[in-house]
Amino acid sequence: MNQWKNFTKGFVVENAVFVQVLGMCPTLGTTTSAYNGLGMGLATTFVLLMSNIVVSMVRNFIPDKVRIPAFIVIIASFVTVVQLTMQAYLPALYKELGLFIPLIVVNCLVLGRAEAFASKNNVWTSAIDGLGMGLGFTMALFMLGSVREILGAGSWMGFKFIQGDGMLLFVLAPGAFLALAYLISIMNKLSKKNA
Amino acid sequence: MAKKESTFLNMLLALSLVALVASAVLGFVYEVTKEPIARAKAERQNAALRSVLPPFDNDPVKEMYKKAVDGDTLYFFPARRGDSLVGIAVETFSPKGFGGMIRLMVGFLPDGTINKIAVLEHNETPGLGDKMDPAKSDFELQFEGKNPKTFKLAVTKDGGDVDAITASTISSRAFCDAVERAYKNLDLTKGGAQ
Repeated sequence: MNQWKNFTKGFVVENAVFVQVLGMCPTLGTTTSAYNGLGMGLATTFVLLMSNIVVSMVRNFIPDKVRIPAFIVIIASFVTVVQLTMQAYLPALYKELGLFIPLIVVNCLVLGRAEAFASKNNVWTSAIDGLGMGLGFTMALFMLGSVREILGAGSWMGFKFIQGDGMLLFVLAPGAFLALAYLISIMNKLSKKNA
Repeated sequence: MAKKESTFLNMLLALSLVALVASAVLGFVYEVTKEPIARAKAERQNAALRSVLPPFDNDPVKEMYKKAVDGDTLYFFPARRGDSLVGIAVETFSPKGFGGMIRLMVGFLPDGTINKIAVLEHNETPGLGDKMDPAKSDFELQFEGKNPKTFKLAVTKDGGDVDAITASTISSRAFCDAVERAYKNLDLTKGGAQ
């Protein structure tokens, strides 16, 4: 497969959030600001990249019947590594995202790529796939976080440009669904000519 | 290499090996990050103590004592300068936040006046309840220099003296609840030692 295509498919054609609608829990839960979305996206990208590499490496050694538990153990280990590292070196970000980090384990995107891609492809192709998918996921979370922060709090990446509050609805949970719905429809409009 | 067949022995071996390697990696990372995590926690506590207390020259963490109330624990940190008590910081909590538990560090002067309050932990809504954090709004300012003897720690809606954060009455109530709990259990005559 063309590696460039393999890498870029995660951004638009097979974007985890906008097209596959996977991993909705962290998507909706953590995107109250652009910074949080970026942090969550990058943490997920790391887990996805590492789990794809390892799953691809051991794919011939794991018997079919126990592949899912083996993948889950691998993914959970990397998530714990991210959690401990973040707690130690980025305590401020951990304070904001702490609750959601363990939930990366159950993000369908990570297990989905391990099962659908990494267990059938070689290490190099799987690594590219993990990185592309992860960065596409990060991009989606960053966009969603930006929209919600700009509309809801009147600021972006901590830079405040209006006095007082924005439309508070957007930083609350219902705003996540609204903003996501509009982003998906815009993406559909752009990617499918007859939508 | 052909795929391993799903015989009992193969499955047993594969899963055991995966689990073994995973636990070894986790043990290693845990050991490496143990110290920085402890340091980051202590740093946060110290920063909170310094920000809510007047200048002190003892180590309040060493003189810390606890008191169990309402199913959780209050921590008291007496601050001294020379031999005299300059304040007591209380790590307090309220389970009534909009997003569950909130934890504050409240600095009291020896006469019971509130010096400053820092927010240690909360899960309030970003953009709304998180304004209790002094970094995000002026909400906390109204507590500074007030003595709970004369300043009623409740939002105005409940007949108190605290102006609630707009659209975050529940968070504001929880904040007051936590400060009130700290004040109620503060024994200034003890001068810290117990």
